[in-house]
Amino acid sequence: MAAKTTDSKMSRRRFLRNSSYVAGGLVGGGLLGGLIGSRFNPETETASTGSVDSDHGTANQAQLYFTNPEKFEILQHAVERIYPKDETGPGAIDLGVPFFIDHQLAGSWGHNAREYMQGPFFPGSNFQGYQSPLKRNELFDVGIDRLDSYSQEKFKNKFTELEGEQQDEVLKDFEADKVKMRGATSKTFFNQLRAATLEGVYADPAYGGNLNMEGWKMKSFPGHQMSYINQIESDKFVEIKPKGLHSY
Amino acid sequence: MAKTLPKTDVVVVGVGWAGSIIAAELGKEGLKVVGLERGRERGLKDYSMIHDELRYGIRYELMQDLSKETLTFRNNMKERALPMRQLGSFLLGEGLGGSGVHWNGHTFRFLPYDFEIRSKTVEKYGEEKIKGLQLQDWGITYDELEPYFDKYEKAAGIGGEENPFGGKRSNPYPNPPMKETPLTKRFKDAAKTLGMKPYHMPSANMSEAYENQYGAKMAACQYCAFCERFGCEYGAKADPTVAVIPFAKNTGNFELRAHSNVTEVIHDGSKATGVKYVDVQTKEEFIQPAEIVVLTSYVMNNTRLLLSSKLGRPYNPDTGKGVIGKNYCYQILPGTTGFFDDEQFNTFMGAGALGATVDDYNGDNFDHSDVDFIHGGSISINQSGARAIQHNPVPQDTPRWGKEFKKQSIKYFTRSMNIGTQGASMPTRTNYMDLDPAYKDAYGQPLLRLTYDFSDQDKNLYNYIGKITDQIMKEMGASFINDRSPLEHYDIVPYQTTHNTGGVIMGAEKETSAVNNYLQMWDAENVFVVGASAFAHNGGYNPTGTVGALAYRAAEGILKYSKDGGALV
Ligand SMILES: Cc1cc2nc3c(=O)[nH]c(=O)nc-3n(C[C@H](O)[C@H](O)[C@H](O)COP(=O)(O)OP(=O)(O)OC[C@H]3O[C@@H](n4cnc5c(N)ncnc54)[C@H](O)[C@@H]3O)c2cc1C
Ligand code: SF4
Repeated sequence: MAAKTTDSKMSRRRFLRNSSYVAGGLVGGGLLGGLIGSRFNPETETASTGSVDSDHGTANQAQLYFTNPEKFEILQHAVERIYPKDETGPGAIDLGVPFFIDHQLAGSWGHNAREYMQGPFFPGSNFQGYQSPLKRNELFDVGIDRLDSYSQEKFKNKFTELEGEQQDEVLKDFEADKVKMRGATSKTFFNQLRAATLEGVYADPAYGGNLNMEGWKMKSFPGHQMSYINQIESDKFVEIKPKGLHSY
Repeated sequence: MAKTLPKTDVVVVGVGWAGSIIAAELGKEGLKVVGLERGRERGLKDYSMIHDELRYGIRYELMQDLSKETLTFRNNMKERALPMRQLGSFLLGEGLGGSGVHWNGHTFRFLPYDFEIRSKTVEKYGEEKIKGLQLQDWGITYDELEPYFDKYEKAAGIGGEENPFGGKRSNPYPNPPMKETPLTKRFKDAAKTLGMKPYHMPSANMSEAYENQYGAKMAACQYCAFCERFGCEYGAKADPTVAVIPFAKNTGNFELRAHSNVTEVIHDGSKATGVKYVDVQTKEEFIQPAEIVVLTSYVMNNTRLLLSSKLGRPYNPDTGKGVIGKNYCYQILPGTTGFFDDEQFNTFMGAGALGATVDDYNGDNFDHSDVDFIHGGSISINQSGARAIQHNPVPQDTPRWGKEFKKQSIKYFTRSMNIGTQGASMPTRTNYMDLDPAYKDAYGQPLLRLTYDFSDQDKNLYNYIGKITDQIMKEMGASFINDRSPLEHYDIVPYQTTHNTGGVIMGAEKETSAVNNYLQMWDAENVFVVGASAFAHNGGYNPTGTVGALAYRAAEGILKYSKDGGALV
C-alpha cells in the first residue's frame, strides 16, 4: 500500500544521503562513539540518518527538555551502559536514545498526561505499582542528580568521569533499590530509565531514536510492513529490509 | 443543572462489543436506541499510522485515559487500596468499539462444564472439592446459549476448526481456520506425540474475505503483526466499528453520542428512569430518560455505576451476602518460553489470533480426583507477531541490561517462542469490588476498589499446567527453557490479560446473583447489565466469545421485555 510518491521521495532522500556520504566522507560508529557528551557532528548525522535532508542536518537532534548540558551528559553515559555499543552494533548514544528520552520527557509522557496523578500519595506495596507524586520528568531530574551525587559518595567522582564498570556499579545499586532518593525509589527511577532506553533503541525512528533503523536491523525486526501474508508459511527465516512509519 | 433530553426507548452505556450488538439488534427491531460512549468516535480511517509500537503498544493510546478515571487496588482487605496510576496488568478500553478495536481475536466458547460448574464438580468429586471457593452455576446451560454463540461467531466472522472437547455446535465456523505456520505445526506435532488433541485457534482475524449478517464486508487478514493493542487498518479484524456499528447506524434507530461519560443510573429503587452523563469536552451535564437502561460499560464500570447509583444489593465480603461486586475473577497464566539455539523463526510475523490450542487440560476434560484444584485452561501457541520494544526474551540468568542483555535479547528475538495458557480463575469470598472510600474520578465519582489476590486453587492450577506447557515445549525441540517462578501475589504492574470478570454475576437465584439469564437485574426489571461482569467465574479461555453470546441473549431478553414487561425469568 506504500504509495508511489513515497517511493520517489524516498529515492530523493537516499540520493541526498548518499551524496553527502561521499562528499563528507565521515561515517562510522568509531567517530560517534568518540563524541559521547557532545553533540553529534552534523555531517556525520547526515550520513547516518536516512530520514533527514542533508542541508538541514538532523534538525530534531536538539534538546527540548534538558537545558543543562551536564545533566544530558549523565543521561548519555547511563543509557550507553544499559545498551552499550559492541561488536553486535551501535549502542544507545549512536542510536540517538538520549535525544529520544529528552523529547519524550518534554511531551505528554514526561508530564504523565494520561495517568492518574491525584493524591493522596502513599508508598504502596510491591504489587500496587507506581505511587510517586513525581511526574516522569521530575523523576528523571531527581534521578540524574542522584546518579551524580551517589557517584561522589561511592567513588568520589562525577558519574561521567567514572570507569564503565564503576558506572555499572552505581546503576546496579539504583536497580537494587540501595540508593535513597527524593520522592521515589531508586529502583523506580532505574526501571523507568531502562525501559525508556529500550524504547529509544527500538521505537520508530520518527521519535528520534533507533537511528537509521539500526536497532531494528540488529534484531532482524523489519519494523512496519504492510503484510506478511506471502511469507507467513515459510519454513525458512526471511530477512526483510526494515521500513518505518515514514514509508506509510 | 443537568439538561433533560427527550426520552428514548433504550439507552446503552458504553459502545464496545456488548453495546454495539445490543444497539444493532434492538435498532433492527425498531426500538430507538441512544448509545453513550465516554471516548471518541473512531474507525478504519483513524488507523493509518497504526504500526507504531511506541504509541499504541507501549503508551496505550487506544486505551483508557487514567488521568480521568482509574480504579484502586489492594491484595487483601487489611491493606490500603491505592490508585492504579498507570496501565499495566490489564488495558481497559475507551472509545467507540471499546477493547474490541485492539483485541487479538481469540474467540472461544466456554465449555458446557463452565455453565454448570458447581453442580458438575460436586456431583463428580463431592462438596469437599470446592471448599473455599464461592462457586456457582450460571443459571443457563451451554445448550441454551449455543444459538447465541452461533450468532456472535457469524457477526465476528470467526475462522476455526472444531474443538474436539467443545460443546455441540449447530453450525461449523463461518470461516476456515487461519494459515498453518512452522510454529503452529510444530506445536501440534508435539502435542500429538504427547497424546493430546490440538486444533487451530478460533480467530476473529478474517482467514478469508467475509461478509457478516449485518452486511459488513471484512478483508482477509494480512498477518501484519500489529494486531493486539492496535486497530486493524484493513478492516480484517472483527471490530465492532467495522462489523456491527455501521449496520446499527443504518437502521436509523441508533444515535451514537461520543464523549459522553455516564455518572449515574437514575432510579426509584425498583426501576430506572434514565441516566445522567457529562459531555467530557464541554463539561455540560445531561439527563437521558429511557424506558430501558442497558449497562455495557465493561466489568469495572458496570459494577461501579450500580454501586455509586445505589442500585442493587452491594456485596459484603465478610458475610458473602449481597451481589454487586461479587466474584471478581481474573485469569491464571502458566506458560513456557523455549529457546532454540540452532534455529531461527519468523517470530515477527503473525496475526492476533494465529495459533494452535489444546484443551486436554481444560475444564473437566481430565480427571481431577488426584489433583488439588479444579478446572484448568486452554494451552496455546500464539504467533501474534513479536515486536522489538516489548519482546526481549533472554535465558534466565541473563542480567536485565548491559552488554550481555543486548546480545542475548537480540539473539533470541527470532530464536524463542512461547506457549501460554488461559487458565480458569475461581471466585473466593474475599476477591471482590466495592467503592473506594478516598479516591475520586475527574467527575467527582468514587473510584472502584479492587481487592484481589491469587488463591491456593490458582497456585495449584498454575503449577500443574505449567508442567504440561514445559513438556510440550521440550517436545517441540527447545534447546532449553526458563524455570517458572511459583505464582505468589497478584501484581497490578506487568501485563497479564484484559480478562477481568464478575461483579454483576448471572444466576438462577436472586439471592446469590445480580442478573437472571437474560442479564436482567433481579432488583430492577428495566435494567440489563451485559458483559463479562455476568461471569460467575472465569473459564479457561479468553472471554469475548462468551461475552458476545450473552449480548445476543440479552438483546433477545430486552426485546421481550419491551413488548411484555415484567421479570423475564
Ligand atoms: C489488548 C487486549 C487483547 C485482548 N484479546 C482478546 C482476545 O484475543 N480474545 C478475547 O476473547 N478477548 C480479548 N480481549 C478482551 C476483549 O477485548 C473484551 O472482552 C471485550 O472487548 C469486552 O467488550 P465489552 O463491550 O464488554 O467492553 P469494552 O470493549 O470495554 O467496552 C466498554 C465501553 O464502555 C465505555 N464506558 C465505560 N464506562 C463508561 C461510562 N461511564 N460512560 C460511557 N461509556 C463508558 C468504554 O469507553 C468502552 O468503550 C482483549 C483485550 C485487550 C485489551
Ligand atoms: S494481523 Fe490481520 S487482523 Fe490483525 S491487524 Fe494485521 S491484518 Fe488486521
